Amino acid sequence: MTKVHLVRPALIALLACASFLSVAQVAVPPLQARVNDLTATLSVSEKATLEQTLQAFEAKKGSQFALLIVSTTAPETIEQYALRVVDLWKLGRTKVDDGAILVVAKNDRAVRIEVGYGLEGALNDATSKRIISDTILPRFQANDFYGGISAGVEQIIRVVDGEPLPAPKTNARGNIGSIQQYIPVIFILALIVGGALRAVLGKVPSAIVTGGAVAIGAWLFAGAISVAVVSGVIALAFTLLSGGISGRALSGHRGGFYGGFGGGLGGVGGGGFGGGGGGFGGGGASGRW
Amino acid sequence: MRKLLTSFATVALLGLTGCGYNTLQSNEEVIKASWAEVINQYQRRADLIPNLVNVVKGFAVQEKDVLLGVTNARAKVGGIQATADLVNNPEAFAKFQAAQAELKSTLSRLLVVSENYPQLKSDANFRELQAQLEGTENRIAVARNRYIKSVQEFNITARSFPSNLTAMAFGYKAKPSFAVGNEKEISVAPKVDLAPLPIQPQGSPAGVVK
Repeated sequence: MTKVHLVRPALIALLACASFLSVAQVAVPPLQARVNDLTATLSVSEKATLEQTLQAFEAKKGSQFALLIVSTTAPETIEQYALRVVDLWKLGRTKVDDGAILVVAKNDRAVRIEVGYGLEGALNDATSKRIISDTILPRFQANDFYGGISAGVEQIIRVVDGEPLPAPKTNARGNIGSIQQYIPVIFILALIVGGALRAVLGKVPSAIVTGGAVAIGAWLFAGAISVAVVSGVIALAFTLLSGGISGRALSGHRGGFYGGFGGGLGGVGGGGFGGGGGGFGGGGASGRW
Repeated sequence: MRKLLTSFATVALLGLTGCGYNTLQSNEEVIKASWAEVINQYQRRADLIPNLVNVVKGFAVQEKDVLLGVTNARAKVGGIQATADLVNNPEAFAKFQAAQAELKSTLSRLLVVSENYPQLKSDANFRELQAQLEGTENRIAVARNRYIKSVQEFNITARSFPSNLTAMAFGYKAKPSFAVGNEKEISVAPKVDLAPLPIQPQGSPAGVVK
């Protein structure tokens, strides 16, 4: 009986330890650029060159490719770590899933190419492995990290270039057509802001204020006056028309809010860099040197 | 008054969805999808094996036992009907898992043995198959992990209040998850056998330094 009593605290303690261990995993850095070097291995100009190559490739082909250099992935293997990274970063376009990442764990002397679902045909496991063992590893063994990475990236780009993928979305900045992707946002903004204001100001003033606010917001967001004016008018008309709509409709439309908003944001790739929502399933290859 | 009634009705409706019926439904669909992915990746591994066995046979014909072991394990896996219903049948699930685990262990034995054949190791076909097999094993690990997570989510819903009442009313039971089959074995530190390897006709094994 006492034995049983002892076992339970021991188990709990063990579990606590396990959860502590899982906290001690290497954190995934926030995605800020295509080239993420946490070990200061690459010089500033090398980073800029790589960043430019990858950016040009994304503009041309639409595929998102990133690089991450960490010192170690322990206690996880590089495969587990890389998957955690891509699950968070979501490289590649939604539904096309054409993202890929090159992860280098310098002190573990391990490298991995993680390939999104959409690229598994061209950049299959065997090809990835060949790129790693024939191109990247020999240079890494000679301590030529930039050489290995840039040659590897070049080869990956060449492989993916041969793959027929949907054309990249042209940056529709300032184009009236791009307003379509903001319509859900405008809709909801008008609904919430307009609804709240109507109680205070009355119908027509609230519509004017909402329209103005949405126009300014759109102007700041999309950077084009035409877009701003059109969104402002839409918001104004909507607030005016939605006279009878109260809290009932508000809760009913909330489901649409997140989807529309996320989709709208994904299209705006101004200065920063963000994943497009691609999925990964563990394809790719790793190598050790 | 009318407004009050409407809001009461809304609250009652929300309460119904709060019973977890919809959550159970969507969780179950997620489980189905992730299970299908697990089977898909297992199938991918099984499809690679005949080619691998053929390539190894060409260089290491004397490893008959190992090759036979892989082929038999592959046949056993192929004999089990891997369907979506497996998830609802814990016994069949366990049997399926045991067969897959056996296939995995025979395969890793085959790869260990092939380390002793430098010619085989440098063969382009073999290298390609090995890379594919590695990738597939990783995919299996990922798919299994995702399945475990989806089952966990379902089981939490099915066992916590008040959704457990809904689960009971509609006959939902907790789903089986993957377990490490050889818990006892892996808690024991592996023995390192320093006995010399049997001498191979190809000369010194090249992979020793690695």
